[in-house]
Amino acid sequence: MDRHTLLFRHAPRIVSASSIVGRREKAGPLGRYFPHALKDDVFSQESFEKAERQMLQFVISDAVRRAPAGKKFVDILLAGDLMNQIVSSSFAAREFTASFCGLYGACSTMAEALALGATFVDGGYAGQVVACTGSHFGSVERQFRFPLELGTQRTPTAQWTVTGAGACLIGSSGNFPRILSATLGKVVDYGISDANNMGAAMAPAARDTILTHFEDTGTSPADFDAVVTGDLGKLGSEILDDLCMEKGVSLGKIHFDCGAAIYSLEKENFQGGSGAGCSASVFASFIYDRLMSGEWKRILFVATGALLSPVTTQQGESIPCVAHAVCVQGPARPRAGKNSVQAAAGKARTPGPKTGKSRSNT
Amino acid sequence: MRSLNRENTAYVEYVKQKDPKTKVLKTLIIAFCVGGFICMVGQVFRDILQSSFPDLDPDVLSGLVTAIMIFLGATLTGLGLYDDIGKFAGAGSIIPITGFANSVVSPAMEYRTEGVVYGIESKMFVIAGPIIVSGVVSSALVGLIYWIISLF
Repeated sequence: MDRHTLLFRHAPRIVSASSIVGRREKAGPLGRYFPHALKDDVFSQESFEKAERQMLQFVISDAVRRAPAGKKFVDILLAGDLMNQIVSSSFAAREFTASFCGLYGACSTMAEALALGATFVDGGYAGQVVACTGSHFGSVERQFRFPLELGTQRTPTAQWTVTGAGACLIGSSGNFPRILSATLGKVVDYGISDANNMGAAMAPAARDTILTHFEDTGTSPADFDAVVTGDLGKLGSEILDDLCMEKGVSLGKIHFDCGAAIYSLEKENFQGGSGAGCSASVFASFIYDRLMSGEWKRILFVATGALLSPVTTQQGESIPCVAHAVCVQGPARPRAGKNSVQAAAGKARTPGPKTGKSRSNT
Repeated sequence: MRSLNRENTAYVEYVKQKDPKTKVLKTLIIAFCVGGFICMVGQVFRDILQSSFPDLDPDVLSGLVTAIMIFLGATLTGLGLYDDIGKFAGAGSIIPITGFANSVVSPAMEYRTEGVVYGIESKMFVIAGPIIVSGVVSSALVGLIYWIISLF
């Protein structure tokens, strides 16, 4: 029998989290949740690639710095990115003494790293693990699409690569959000071959993993405050809702998509953010804050990845996709009064599921 | 362990229905206007040159105008403005010669981090290359057809 869900016996904790984003993301609806932002597009480096690497280094160091005394160490670094040969991660890892495992899950990397990191910690094979990924608009664009200054129009289904990175330090104890279980996704391909329509390509993979998780753990959407997807975008999110309805599961208002939330979509004519840094930066800031403050008690974090390369796209192949899910529960004693709660109270236009539950604490 | 991955035609069809469509009429009108405006700018330069130098050979004149337009396209690309025009105008700013200049200058700028030879020089024509090849091949074909017709 196929089994896809890992149930963690000791519920590894996410001890700390750090994120950094670009200026465009900082100016977006989630801007106030991001603790750090790039001051210039290249992060004072000579190239976009170096900037991306620097961002990964920064969030890894910052996540460790934010950990409480006695927990400021890393045994294993799990990281990946969208560059060829995942150079940003491995070059960033050069600066640290932790063991390094490079991952490639495209935009699903954050969930993959969290799942694997939790497995290492839960099994007792590592004391603390960092899960990290990121992307930079400039470096990703030039690898997958056209030069930045080329005057082309995007198709209405296109998404915008997020400049951002996020890192989570996973440890074994403490009053922090707990990783209860993880569902490792299978590769799903429904035959979408348009690389400008990632949301539609990835939605079936997201549905598969979400429903598998519900089935394996005997849960339903009612058990979660939010089902957070990575970067399906607006269109992909609608498709996911339709696909789940088809199987009789209604995600409804608890569905939150990082890609659809990170930019103001009414102002800019596209489907939202994408890229490994999209779910990573939002998870390590906005979502982590909400878990810490108790606003969200239990969430399912599902990051989706489109496993294509420019070569397969040019050869006309369809896009295989994968989604990994991590079930995270808030800390035993939430720390209410964190900055997120104040910010949410101050602004009416709070992104995210508009359930009474998520607002009750404000 | 059975894989579910067969092309799901129903799904591909559903996505096709669901996708937001390009607003054809709006983009056509914008492209027409901006493209027309760029051509008008070229014509203005041509008229100025013609009235300033009445003895100029018409071939030299069109060469000069082309050079001016290429210069403008390249400069606007370098200033980071041409991509904004392109986002608005679409084909209207791609098809004129200024768009060709943009397609050469933009990769040259982008790849300068890989050095002069492997970056700028080798990547300069990644986008314009196919256009040049298509242009040369189709002009040769047209020439051939023209020659065959002239035999009769």
